[in-house]
Amino acid sequence: MPNDNLTIAWVYPDLLSTYGDQGNVAVLAGRARSRGIPVEILQIRSGRLIPASADIYMLGGGEDRAQELASDRLRADPGLRRAADAGRVIMGVCAGYQLLGTRFLGHDGRTHAGAGILDARSHRLEQRATGELLGEVDPELNLPEITGFENHHGSTALGPGARPLARTIVGYGNGDGSEGAYQGSVLATYMHGPALARNPALADLLLTWATGSTLSSIDDTWMEKMRDERLHHLGYSRSGRQTELSG
Amino acid sequence: MTKLHGIASAIRSCCAVQVGRLVAEAYRRSGRPGGTFKAGSIALRISPDVLNVLSSPLDVSLISGTNGKTTTTRLITESLSTHGHVVSNSLGANLPAGIVNAALSAGSDTRAGVMEVDERYLPKIMDETDPKTVVLLNLSRDQLDRTPECRNIASLWRQALSETNATVIANADDPLVVWASSTAKNVVWASVGQRWTDDSWYCPACGDQLERDDEESWLCVSCGLAKPLARWVLRDETMLDTLLGTSHRLQLRLPGLANRANAVMAIAAADVHKVPAPVALARTALVGGVSGRFETFPYRGSRVRLLLAKNPASWLETLELIQDSPEVVLAFNARNLDGLDSSWLWDVDFSSLRNRSVFVMGERRFDLAARLHYDGVAFDLVDSLDEICSFGEHPHLDVVANYTAFLSAITTVRGKTSKGAGHAE
Repeated sequence: MPNDNLTIAWVYPDLLSTYGDQGNVAVLAGRARSRGIPVEILQIRSGRLIPASADIYMLGGGEDRAQELASDRLRADPGLRRAADAGRVIMGVCAGYQLLGTRFLGHDGRTHAGAGILDARSHRLEQRATGELLGEVDPELNLPEITGFENHHGSTALGPGARPLARTIVGYGNGDGSEGAYQGSVLATYMHGPALARNPALADLLLTWATGSTLSSIDDTWMEKMRDERLHHLGYSRSGRQTELSG
Repeated sequence: MTKLHGIASAIRSCCAVQVGRLVAEAYRRSGRPGGTFKAGSIALRISPDVLNVLSSPLDVSLISGTNGKTTTTRLITESLSTHGHVVSNSLGANLPAGIVNAALSAGSDTRAGVMEVDERYLPKIMDETDPKTVVLLNLSRDQLDRTPECRNIASLWRQALSETNATVIANADDPLVVWASSTAKNVVWASVGQRWTDDSWYCPACGDQLERDDEESWLCVSCGLAKPLARWVLRDETMLDTLLGTSHRLQLRLPGLANRANAVMAIAAADVHKVPAPVALARTALVGGVSGRFETFPYRGSRVRLLLAKNPASWLETLELIQDSPEVVLAFNARNLDGLDSSWLWDVDFSSLRNRSVFVMGERRFDLAARLHYDGVAFDLVDSLDEICSFGEHPHLDVVANYTAFLSAITTVRGKTSKGAGHAE
């Protein structure tokens, strides 16, 4: 961090905030503050330029048309690109995921260029992929399983520059048995809404990348209970093993 | 051939009406639940045109939008009842089968049909009923795991409204509703507010940013789509009729700003059906509860008020409504009827509940618990209303619940009160 504040830039909340996306910003801010780190949140509406100096950038989900509008504006503004080049932490969710990639197929049937920050190309599905998602995270990242809810119209193919975030146990994810992507300090997922509320360890990974320091543990009672309830619902216990009780 | 086809279709519709009525009557006599759906769906299976036949002698008013449908339908029904018998799907069965079922109950003296319509089915139901009025309340994110995004719904409406002869009563404060309605020939605009703005930051017509002026007006500088001049205006507790230059004080039994908005929409619709505003106002003022919503029940020594909140916009209105309630129960499920996806809890700002007595229950109470944790709201986790009532005194509890949690709560409080002396207020 350039100073002692952690700056979180919420990119285009007017276009990319569909269903609880602000939860990711709230969770990052809350978890940083619990560790005594002061947080500043910047809401960068789509009429404004994206500053290159924030520590974490968040791009949420968006409706079809909003995603295309966001894509036009992102390409006209070098801010996010500069932030990526400087190794800042960037997270994309759903539409935000597709926008970080090199290109995506829009609902208008045209191919749109993405921000080109992530080596990923997205296509359009015939049917929406909707439902609970459970994935085993790439062992390199040393995280517990990820759980979330997906609701999207896309499939994503990763190029050699990016790695899948997880192997899909339940759900559709990228469409090839994998879910999400990461590349340097850029991370993306189809778990929409507040993915970081369900996955506090993933939130802490981003905070660790951003602050460069190890984080103390904090009270996650309710988040853990929520995770357990969701895993149990899918018939899994922690660490992704199928439970004997599962129906 | 065409003529024969027409006759066959007419016979089928006639048959559908008769069979539907028999089924409805059988359900009524047996007292079995589910009749509101069954009779309608059987009639529809016999003849897909049945609604066309049933609605043709009626003045039809259709009500749609994300929030306020059931309440507004009730308020319009009360208003139009001054002119004669009205049929309505008053319990909120707003899919085609529920609407057909309500229409089946029309008799020879029935004048009007007032129907709440699921947003997705509005074009179809408009096509089949040739309505006199269409009331469009608002559009915001709701159960996105099974319903289209709001601009897609607005787009469906826009197409259907371009072909209608109905008078559209539309909320001038909701850009999505205005864009959808602006293709209609006859529109009466009502400015009743839309506090939730997170689904209309960008212009639905051209995609540019909308300029807003303190919730009072909005405008797209690029394409000129703007808040239209409204005939009916809600200002605090007063309704203005800018055409006649009159103002009316709204003294409703139903609480809150959202219900005042619903009342203005209802009065504006009633006006098109030739019910004068003062008459409609007097009728709407008497409504105290709608299928249990906003009603207070005595329960195990407490007075329990039930409030339904099922998406971010309705939570926003409801949290405002309960700002002075000392004790609040939040109940949250995520079944099919609620939407399986609980993500939208994060679009609700719960911070107004800090330093108040809050209980959390429901099948997905941990989702709510995690959300409240990050908003700094302290709470007690409970299994049921009984658990709250069993320890300590709770003279007044406000229960805010989403759809199926609300149904459980109402079953709980009604179950006990029906055996005792209590009754709903």
